[in-house]
Amino acid sequence: MNETPVLQVKDLGIDFGGLTAVNKFNITVRKHQIVGLIGPNGAGKTTVFNMLTKVYDPSRGTIELNGQQINKLSTVEVNKAGIARTFQNIRLFDNLSVIDNVLIGMHNSIKYNTFEGIIRNRRFREQEKEAYQKAIDLLSIFKLQDLMDHPASSLPYGAQRRLEICRALATNPSLLLLDEPAAGMNPSETAELMNTIKDIRDHFDIAILLIEHDMKFVMGICEEITVLNYGTTLAFGAPEEIQNNPEVIKAYLGGA
Amino acid sequence: MKKSNLLNKLFDKQHKKQTVSYLIVIFAYVILEALLKTGNISSLFKNLLVPCTCYIVAALALNLCVGLSGELSLGHAGFMSIGAFTAVCLSGLLAGTLTNAVLRLVIVIIIGAAVSAFFGFLIGIPVLKLQGDYLAIVTLAFCQIIVSLINNVYFGFDEKGLQFSFIENKLNLSSSGKILIGGPIGASGTQRISTFTVGIVLIIISLIVIYNLMDSRNGRAIMAARDNRIAALSVGIDVTRTKMLAFVISAALAGAAGALYGLNFSTLTPAKFGFNQSILLLVYVVLGGLGNITGTIISASVLYVLPELLRSFESYRMIIYSLVLIGIMLISNNKFFKEKLAELKTRRFNRTHSKEAE
Amino acid sequence: MAEAVKQPLPVLVIGGSMVFLSYLITGIGLGSVYAIIALGYSMVYGIAKMLNFAHGDVIMIGAYVAFFALSRYNLPAVAAVLLAIAVCTTLGVLIERLAYKPLRQATSLSVLITAIGVSYFLQNMAQLLWSSSPKIFSSIVGNRSLTLFDGKMSIAYINILTIITCIVIMIVLTLFINNTKIGRAMRACSEDKDAAKLMGINVNKTISITFAIGSGLAAIASVLLCSTYPSVYPTLGSMPGIKAFTAAVFGGIGSIPGAFVGGLLLGIIENLSKAYISTQLSDAIVFAVLIIVLLIKPTGILGKKVNEKV
Repeated sequence: MNETPVLQVKDLGIDFGGLTAVNKFNITVRKHQIVGLIGPNGAGKTTVFNMLTKVYDPSRGTIELNGQQINKLSTVEVNKAGIARTFQNIRLFDNLSVIDNVLIGMHNSIKYNTFEGIIRNRRFREQEKEAYQKAIDLLSIFKLQDLMDHPASSLPYGAQRRLEICRALATNPSLLLLDEPAAGMNPSETAELMNTIKDIRDHFDIAILLIEHDMKFVMGICEEITVLNYGTTLAFGAPEEIQNNPEVIKAYLGGA
Repeated sequence: MKKSNLLNKLFDKQHKKQTVSYLIVIFAYVILEALLKTGNISSLFKNLLVPCTCYIVAALALNLCVGLSGELSLGHAGFMSIGAFTAVCLSGLLAGTLTNAVLRLVIVIIIGAAVSAFFGFLIGIPVLKLQGDYLAIVTLAFCQIIVSLINNVYFGFDEKGLQFSFIENKLNLSSSGKILIGGPIGASGTQRISTFTVGIVLIIISLIVIYNLMDSRNGRAIMAARDNRIAALSVGIDVTRTKMLAFVISAALAGAAGALYGLNFSTLTPAKFGFNQSILLLVYVVLGGLGNITGTIISASVLYVLPELLRSFESYRMIIYSLVLIGIMLISNNKFFKEKLAELKTRRFNRTHSKEAE
Repeated sequence: MAEAVKQPLPVLVIGGSMVFLSYLITGIGLGSVYAIIALGYSMVYGIAKMLNFAHGDVIMIGAYVAFFALSRYNLPAVAAVLLAIAVCTTLGVLIERLAYKPLRQATSLSVLITAIGVSYFLQNMAQLLWSSSPKIFSSIVGNRSLTLFDGKMSIAYINILTIITCIVIMIVLTLFINNTKIGRAMRACSEDKDAAKLMGINVNKTISITFAIGSGLAAIASVLLCSTYPSVYPTLGSMPGIKAFTAAVFGGIGSIPGAFVGGLLLGIIENLSKAYISTQLSDAIVFAVLIIVLLIKPTGILGKKVNEKV
């Protein structure tokens, strides 16, 4: 395969004060691929996500999205360039309704200006209508359409996780970062989420990079897995290879 | 349920909430106008009408900033003073050329709002990049700066043109000349051209601006930036720009309110727009409910008119206001109260849910 | 805010080249008061992560207590200061317990509005109890001055006392924070309250102690302030309070040396602009400094950048 990968990260690293949290991290995510990022607690997985979305400034290394360097961009620009994410500790707009949360995700694809929004001209009405339709379509994929006028904070935990994915998708990304999407879900919810994630990958033709602790979930959905330990890449490869890699087993089980 | 049905249901719900506010304002206007026409209103009460509309608009402006954008401003009286003194000066200058009072009023209100918005923008540049309590303290500082600057400005005109001096009164006006701002004395001899009707129109315009803004792309971004900054950034919302938008619109509305206020009195001193006025606005907003537009209108009118009618209550008024601020914050953040509210929400959630399942 | 009594000239200006030096020293004196007040803001901000808007009004209460102790009950100066400290400390802890503690988990907006409410409440209570007309405070060291350079320059004793007090407070506080168990607990709480709790630190008690120290310092500041500007009125504390907050931000909020440096600089800037630009505009200049500092270095001179946890 010679086409440009969606995400190419080379030698990424970050220091906090004197402490090196992540070092020489490499990963490649190709088009249409679902890649897993696993590792013991505190390995630096979420820190990697925060660097990719420029919430943290990496100290070293390069990040390329669809062949373009995005190191210098801000969090906002990274999203505009095509990376959307969810958060480990769900970050919804709590006081706003479910549909508003999704509409906010579409912020940059809606084009009318402030003044048009206040006088409500034709352009405003057309674009709003279109946005609402699209938002409802997205919500239906995650079976949230009937809850759309409820405040986001009133949703059950699993629904909140799904809404966050929904909002991320609304920004029209080429790469979706999911930070523990199945955390706190029961087995049947997890199974359903696996199918949904595969569906959205096909439906929106995007690449997905996800952090997850549920090994059944990771092994069942990811085509490639990168293992992170003490801030560096420990191993990468297909799920079967990772499962049988002695280094990985050692990292997870501990011991000498 | 069909998609179009879902949409209609959603819009109905939103519109019902907004219509109430408009109806309250129009209803109050009709009744008060009728009372005015039939002379069934005391002169004391009559004099309160225009300032009351000004305070409603200023409180709505502050609620846009505090309730909807989540940034505490303690300088909205400063924006009012900018609008007021801009309007008073301009109206004085234009009095000869533009004899139609209503037209002049409208023009100076618009310019007052624009000047105030410009200052809002200037203040916003350093502050909105920061988080936390900085906006409060800087807007407070800004308000003090504005008041002390106006306190030191002498501005007037005669047939030779405009004259301006700073700190000391060095104006050398001819006998036909007129002082527009006289330092700490402020503006005097202003032609009183503000009317109740224009005040009501200004409230309606503020309502349209705020409601329509909040229901549009930028308004949603404003609330998103308030609810969760990091998440807003992650979906591509420029939080600083968004907060600036809310702040500038809020400053413009406060400036318009100030302009109307300034032209309602023949004399106006800078001291009228001190820190206490900003606090008063904050009390209106907090009592009306952060982010609650209808509540703000009601609390601003009641809290403005009541104490003016009950003068004997004066010395206790401020103490009661401060206790209102503390009390509302303590109650609304009370664990017990919050749990009850959450329970109510879940119950409503379950009810609508079971209904839809049927 | 009207300065009811005109500022007495603490420094007699005689020599030409001495003029600047005199203004500078008066500025440092004023700055020392700001620094002491700024410490209260800074410590509370560092640990409770809140802007205690009512801090300035604690100063006002302290000033009234000292005034009544000195003028009405003719207590000696030391007793008056101790009484003011006792009252302010109690008041500070009381405010924290009643108004702020229930809001530990609330948004910063709610806490700030509450603090403004408390500030407003204290001001208006004072006005109701003691009327808004200013009372004349008699300086605890009298109006005498130290004469230098054959009478070419004189410095008011109160200025010297203020500067010395400020330096002593800085040293003692730094030692306290760095070397005592409570000081360690305070530093831990300012880093991470949850982690501190897990380590067995009583977070509520630590916050109370912080408020107590801050309010005690406010009492000392009130006596020094009123000995320099001898009038006591209900809104007395709000201006110095806001300026001291400016000083805390200027120096880097949460940092003790920052409060010291910021306070001194602000006092000097204020006094020099009073002398060379305009008395009426000196407040406007001080606040303009705040805005410029936030524009250039939002974390202040000695402040550090804090990363938000995601």
